[in-house]
Amino acid sequence: MNFLLGAFKPACNISITFTDGKNRKQVPIKKDNGQIVMNPLFQSQETIAGKIHIDPYQGKKVEHNGVKVELLGQIEMYFDRGNFYDFTSLVRELDVPGEIYERKTYPFEFSSVEMPYETYNGVNVRLKYVLKVTVTRGYAGSIVEYQDFVVRNYVPPPPINNSIKMEVGIEDCLHIEFEYNKSKYHLKDVILGKIYFLLVRIKIKNMDLEIRRRESTGAGANTHVETETLAKFELMDGAPVRGESIPVRVFLSPYDLTPTHTNINNKFSVKYYLNLVLVDEEDRRYFKQQEITLYRLKEEAS
Amino acid sequence: MIADGTEDEEKWLAAGSAAFKQNAFYMQRAIDSNNLKDALKYSAQMLSELRTSKLSPHKYYDLYMRAFDELRKLEIFFMEETRRGCSVIELYELVQHAGNILPRLYLLCTAGSVYIKTKEAPAKEILKDLVEMCRGIQHPLRGLFLRSYLAQIGRDKLPDVGSEYEGDADTVTDAVEFVLLNFTEMNKLWVRMQHQGPARDKERREKERGELRDLVGKNLHVLSQLEGVDLDMYRDTVLPRVLEQIVNCRDEIAQYYLIDCIIQVFPDEYHLQTLDVLLGACPQLQPSVDIMTVLSRLMERLSNYAALNAEVLPYFLQVEAFSKLNNAIGKVIEAQEDMPILSAVTLYSSLLKFTLHVHPDRLDYADQVLGSCVKQLSGKGKINDTRATKEIVSLLSAPLEKYNDVVTALKLTNYPLVVEYLDNETKRIMATVIIRSIMKNNTLITTAEKVEALLELIKGLINDLDEPEGLEAVDDDDFEEEQNSVARLVHMLYNDDTEEMFKIISILKKHFLTGGPKRLKFTIPPLVVSTLKLIRRLPVEGDNPFGKEASVTATKIFQFLNQIIEALPNVPSPDLAFRLYLQCAEAANKCVEEPIAYEFFTQAYILYEEEISDSKAQVTALQLIIGTLQRMHVFGVENRDTLTHKATGYSAKLLKKPDQCRAVYACSHLFWLEDHETIQDGERVLLCLKRALKIANSAQQMASNGQEGSAGSVTLFIEILNKYLYFYEKGIPQITVESVESLIQLIKNEESMPSDPYAESLFASTLQFMEFQKQKGGAIGDRYEEIKV
Repeated sequence: MNFLLGAFKPACNISITFTDGKNRKQVPIKKDNGQIVMNPLFQSQETIAGKIHIDPYQGKKVEHNGVKVELLGQIEMYFDRGNFYDFTSLVRELDVPGEIYERKTYPFEFSSVEMPYETYNGVNVRLKYVLKVTVTRGYAGSIVEYQDFVVRNYVPPPPINNSIKMEVGIEDCLHIEFEYNKSKYHLKDVILGKIYFLLVRIKIKNMDLEIRRRESTGAGANTHVETETLAKFELMDGAPVRGESIPVRVFLSPYDLTPTHTNINNKFSVKYYLNLVLVDEEDRRYFKQQEITLYRLKEEAS
Repeated sequence: MIADGTEDEEKWLAAGSAAFKQNAFYMQRAIDSNNLKDALKYSAQMLSELRTSKLSPHKYYDLYMRAFDELRKLEIFFMEETRRGCSVIELYELVQHAGNILPRLYLLCTAGSVYIKTKEAPAKEILKDLVEMCRGIQHPLRGLFLRSYLAQIGRDKLPDVGSEYEGDADTVTDAVEFVLLNFTEMNKLWVRMQHQGPARDKERREKERGELRDLVGKNLHVLSQLEGVDLDMYRDTVLPRVLEQIVNCRDEIAQYYLIDCIIQVFPDEYHLQTLDVLLGACPQLQPSVDIMTVLSRLMERLSNYAALNAEVLPYFLQVEAFSKLNNAIGKVIEAQEDMPILSAVTLYSSLLKFTLHVHPDRLDYADQVLGSCVKQLSGKGKINDTRATKEIVSLLSAPLEKYNDVVTALKLTNYPLVVEYLDNETKRIMATVIIRSIMKNNTLITTAEKVEALLELIKGLINDLDEPEGLEAVDDDDFEEEQNSVARLVHMLYNDDTEEMFKIISILKKHFLTGGPKRLKFTIPPLVVSTLKLIRRLPVEGDNPFGKEASVTATKIFQFLNQIIEALPNVPSPDLAFRLYLQCAEAANKCVEEPIAYEFFTQAYILYEEEISDSKAQVTALQLIIGTLQRMHVFGVENRDTLTHKATGYSAKLLKKPDQCRAVYACSHLFWLEDHETIQDGERVLLCLKRALKIANSAQQMASNGQEGSAGSVTLFIEILNKYLYFYEKGIPQITVESVESLIQLIKNEESMPSDPYAESLFASTLQFMEFQKQKGGAIGDRYEEIKV
């Protein structure tokens, strides 16, 4: 039995550790099967270094045609499942062809890796970074091990950040003026603003502010657009009269947001919108959508 | 449908409460296990029950109170969390993650409360943030309750003077600002309630609004409780802002309630100093606002204030409270064209009470008020509204009550003008009130002018007024009562100076004579009596120390009297006139005015002959004549003879024998006046007595003939005996011992007749008297000694 069991098992166990793995921040990532795992977090221009341990099962030897580690940046479209598009691919050869009899450790290092895109898990598209260790074998197939990691890139606050101010309305029915203090928000930001009611002839029941994500994938005729409402935040309850101004204060931190992504490798874009929705007593919806830019601000002391 | 509605409401409330309890339970469990996240989650769910639109304010309040209790627990938990190291700023942010606004804001207020307590940020900043954020609730009911919650938790955290939250950055101005803002917003919501929903529910909504008003008013109460709101701040900030809101909301219910609220919650002193501001707002209110009640209450408060604190009176003068109020009322009335007369009168009534309390010395103010009132009433004709009438009565009674003195009221020139507008019925009531006041305070009215004015006031009692008779269904008893009071009033009109007094009387006469027959019999006697009193006070003629001719002479007065009494026979009370003539005659006697006395007597005799026909009345009248005449000493022999002759004549003509007998022996007195030797005619005394005996005899015969009604003839004899004794005692020579003795003998004989207990006892006491006189000794005793029984 032992023999049989051993026959289907890979000949060795491969594990990957990062140099500062113990101290590095881990972030939760949702895997395909819905499980949430913690992965280490990196950013562009960081050096990704660590050790790879190859541990043959006892009494076995691993013959190989070479050991290598690859750093891959991949975009996966769900309608094209299983087909990865690598936008980044770096390789380090770790060993020349030979045999491994006992546990062997290879240090590796990718220094100052350019990782321009952030890890992203969308509805129709996924962008991920992975370390791939391959023990190449002539027969019986190569032994491969993956280690995902997460990349997040921080940007400085934008130099120009105008408020969004707009007057909208339906003639003789509803006129409002709204103002959000910025057009670009970082992910832990607070949206502050005000809604002025200039004219109200309909009976409004309530008013919500929605945060919507619009993910478009593909290009040209094959473009898929998926819109999700990530947050629905009630701003007002009841019917205002002319002249009322309703304060807006929405904390973004509770929501699962990403930065705005524009045309990532010509594959996809992710945009965010604030959608102001007024609902009247007959449940008719009046809304106005405004794009906002989200960015990731370096978190202090974290 | 309606029944269903309430039933459904119960159901909804029950469902809401159940869900509420469940979440409250989970929240409590989370609190117990120090799980902030779950505590927030369940509290938000719990508070979501408050989002219902299905409950009436009353039921909603139930739910709100539960929430209030639960939130207290949560607040304590928050407090503990911060002590355990949870940053209050984070907490403040965390509660704002709730997606639904209503739970979010309740939580925010709760967290804000903790935030202020930790003093990590200035109280004013947090309060300001809270009051701003609450704008998100535009639904009136939910908004009102949320803000009321805010007011409640903010109440003890206001940076008031002396509060622990006061600091360099936090001043009472911020506290005021916060409360004012919350008040403004609450009022807006409250007013808006009116305009939501279908018009047919208007009444119900108004009722519901009424239930909610205290939520709004509470803010004003909080303001008034702030230590730091002194007069300056009140005048410069609080009042203008509150008034601005009140005026601008243009809502009748709100305006009425809130103005009243201001008046009630803030100190009187403030009102006094800001009177023009407060009053200035009044004309700007909606025309339908019951401004009269509001102003009345204000004035009532100020009057009480003045009444209780005499030392503040100078302030009233300083701020010209009266003229301001007066102006304001004028403006309000002007602004509200269709104001019912009742309101206007009530206003003036309050103003009058105010000025009476505050400026008791400024009669001109009171008069001014009445003047304005007259102006208001003019052109409206008589008032038909009973309530308005009542109000006018109260208006008119006010000065009487205050001064306890009609004289003061009489100085108010506009007073009678106001009375003019009353209907007759009320005028009478008013007049009674006035008279009662005079009586109660024993006010003497001393000048002719005042009397004139007073009579003008009580005209309702003195005259029939211009109402067609018959329509007036005054109860006889009431009428008598009223007239009696007028009669009593006459005695309160008095002046020591005879000339003035005469004037007063003349005025009275002038008015009374127009009063119609029904009244004269009540009014004339006191007038006559009063006049007679005056006569008595006149200096004896020729005894005038100043030597100048007095303009008021007895003659003149007697003429005057004659005129008055002459009026009486025209009305069916000859009896009364008769008595009054005799009274006057007696007075004339005292004044030694023979012709006048004679004239009066003549009048009395004429009346006796022509008008007094009832035999009993005749007896009484005759007794009066005799009694009066007996005392008259002013007459010359001739006049006296005529009169006495007449009187004896009348006596003999009485219908019944005993009456005749008694009258005749009474006449005997006419011929013997002890102090006047000129009138001592023993012959005629004897004559009278003899005639009396004769009549008694015939009476006795009639009795023995079995005729009825003469059983008392023995009594007559005994009575005559008494007369004999009297004159005998006086020593009239014609009355001899023999005649007395024979009379006694006669009576004794009669005694054998069937006994009459009255006669027996009368005789016995007569004999006893004689015995007694005998014992006395002296001259009289000697005379009695002679009589042998």
